[in-house]
Amino acid sequence: MDLNDTPEQAEYRQRVRAWLREHQGEAPPRNGSYEDTAYVDARRAWQRRLAEAGLAGVTWPKEYGGQGLGPIEQVTVNQELSAAGVPGILDVIGIGMLGPCLIAHGSEEQKSRHLGPMLHGDEVWCQLFSEPAAGSDLAAVQTRARRREDGGWALNGQKVWTTNAQFAAYGLLLARTDADVPKHKGLTMFIVPMDAPGVTVRGLRQISGEAEFNEVFFDDVALDEDAVVGGVGNGWGTALTVLMFERLTIGFGSESFGSPTRLSETVAADPAARRDPKVREVLGEIISELLAVRFNGYRALTALSRGQIPGPEAGLAKVTMVNAGIRAADLGADVLGPDALEPSSEWSYLISFLPGLKSAGGTEQILRNTIGERVLGLPPEPRLDKGIPFSELRAKEKEAVSR
Amino acid sequence: MNFALTDEQEFLREAARGALARHKTIEAARAALEDPGALPDLWPVAVEAGWPGLLIGEEHGGAGLGAFEALLVAEECGRVLASVPLLGLLPATAILNAAGAPALGELASGALRASYVPARPPGELEDGWTVEPRSGMARAQAPRAAVEGDEVVLDGAVAFVPDAPGAALLVVVGTDAEGAPIAAAVDAGAEGVRVETVVRYDATRSLGHVELRGARGRRLDVDEAVLADAWYLAQALIAAESLGAVQTCLQMAVAYAKERFTFGRPIGSYQAIKHELTEVLRRQENARGLQYYAGWARESGPEEFPLAASAARACAGAALDFAARANINVHGGIGATWEHDAPLFFRRAQLSRRLLGGTHDATDRVAERMLAGVSAAA
Repeated sequence: MDLNDTPEQAEYRQRVRAWLREHQGEAPPRNGSYEDTAYVDARRAWQRRLAEAGLAGVTWPKEYGGQGLGPIEQVTVNQELSAAGVPGILDVIGIGMLGPCLIAHGSEEQKSRHLGPMLHGDEVWCQLFSEPAAGSDLAAVQTRARRREDGGWALNGQKVWTTNAQFAAYGLLLARTDADVPKHKGLTMFIVPMDAPGVTVRGLRQISGEAEFNEVFFDDVALDEDAVVGGVGNGWGTALTVLMFERLTIGFGSESFGSPTRLSETVAADPAARRDPKVREVLGEIISELLAVRFNGYRALTALSRGQIPGPEAGLAKVTMVNAGIRAADLGADVLGPDALEPSSEWSYLISFLPGLKSAGGTEQILRNTIGERVLGLPPEPRLDKGIPFSELRAKEKEAVSR
Repeated sequence: MNFALTDEQEFLREAARGALARHKTIEAARAALEDPGALPDLWPVAVEAGWPGLLIGEEHGGAGLGAFEALLVAEECGRVLASVPLLGLLPATAILNAAGAPALGELASGALRASYVPARPPGELEDGWTVEPRSGMARAQAPRAAVEGDEVVLDGAVAFVPDAPGAALLVVVGTDAEGAPIAAAVDAGAEGVRVETVVRYDATRSLGHVELRGARGRRLDVDEAVLADAWYLAQALIAAESLGAVQTCLQMAVAYAKERFTFGRPIGSYQAIKHELTEVLRRQENARGLQYYAGWARESGPEEFPLAASAARACAGAALDFAARANINVHGGIGATWEHDAPLFFRRAQLSRRLLGGTHDATDRVAERMLAGVSAAA
């Protein structure tokens, strides 16, 4: 048990810290609005600086411009960025999840065309998976890609919850290419240029009033034959690769919702709250859970650094984190009163943001299903969609609703 | 960064599991409810495995290991409800080892058995050292300790002391006239010492009410930090025991959920059951993360140990309560019958959460450490 760096890790940390000390003055603020073009441009430029310094794509192979290092080094970079008070890369989804999928499944042309501009922030990517009627049941996507006579594809449909779509250059899109086979089989992954004719991006305002996500519409968007990633009909397997890297990104423990220190400061500053047994009990429970997530993160990181792939149980950390965050924001607001709900309050954003986050990256219920089945080995729920062609399944669903 | 068990730690854990598996501890837990004499004497198992000397320095014949190893052994004991007196013993040996007390060799070899008579360090809401009362919520003052040279004269009572019955040496924490903590090693057979054996709800748990009336002991030369550490070590140990028991509850419930059918399918396929069991797993893993934190902190970050041990106790205590109830729930009515094993773990949960200050006190300590931390920084 050792939370300290090895001599090699310590040396790496020193190098990262030295670079940041020299260059942190060039960094934009950590927080800003992604609806503000100037802020997004500043974050792009900062990502380029990080990439040139070897602080982006830390775990990418060297041949694609990465550093070929391990998860510990990635976490070291995250920690040092955070300690320096500067933002990290803009395109977390591209570099963390979509780039690695291209590296695993893309053609040589796709890799040489796209990975460099992605790494340097010249071309930001978005993930076009979820749809209004396909979230937990992702394989139910209805966005349709039909083969044209010239071998290319015509794309029609709608995606939703798309982070960064408003300024992304490309998206990785899961579409149905064959509705006459069971639903997991008729899927294909595509690279979609976001400036193609027929692509419309619309901001999706949430409870807070901010538009952090988008809806994206595709109206007869023409895609070339070489837009396919990983082969026609192999979209589900390609999507699973992305989801595995999503778990890895969570494993790097880069995000936390609701700071234990800020919550404790809020309680400590109120003499009545500070001595209130109920407040103290809730505070103690929240802090215990957040500490558990932190130290389980170290366990997961150790496993990752030994080459183990994170399993679905990583989702438990997300469940704990989100629910503890909700309780933390609630307690902060209980102590401060209605002022906590004003937009100027630090708690207001969390209070508005967390209910939606419960569904992000897998709803709590879906995560519990997956973990129950894959980790505990419990039998799956009987399914009505197994082995049935997707078109037939949709017809049955429509009939059931109209009855 | 390396936050995983070493090969030696894995070996220690497997060895503990193997040694305990040779005894029918769970059957004994039920039999002991009607006949306390039915519990097997597991002290020879502990002695053979070297557990009494886990926290005693190698120069005194101990293993010189840390809390991490002690917690792994406690977890294995909890897994099978084995009544090995580690909860009383290990904090006692930690104090005696820090004091460089005589007889450490005898303690390490198991020839002499010691037990910790705990006192809870002062906190934000209570300023003195306090001990468990016989009943009610108001905690009693720690025994009065009058120092006379190398000796200490003790007066007071401490209720529900783990593993006090059968211990030859009591390591008592009292306070002097100024309220400062004083530790003393008292022979259990000395004049003015009375240990009343009590059995409550979970017959595998050895408890005693300790009364000291002018009892004389040898003063142990340790500072306040060592005595606070002993309290938090006991918190971490009871947390580890609880984590072990959680794992058995989960295994039992998962196995049953796979083989019990209703409406043509195994009950484990229903989300209502699956999600309840996943919640047990979530709490189990959180308790494990905090057990690692506590084990790490006592060696490498002692200023964090009170926070870590209290958080471990809070999470593990609540996890066991949840797991024991979920286990009964998944089994249905049969899980609430005398012949079933599930109630034995429920009994363990209900008593454990109310010993050594109780889980609520540990939760409050977590809040207190955080509040103190941010106040100090401000």
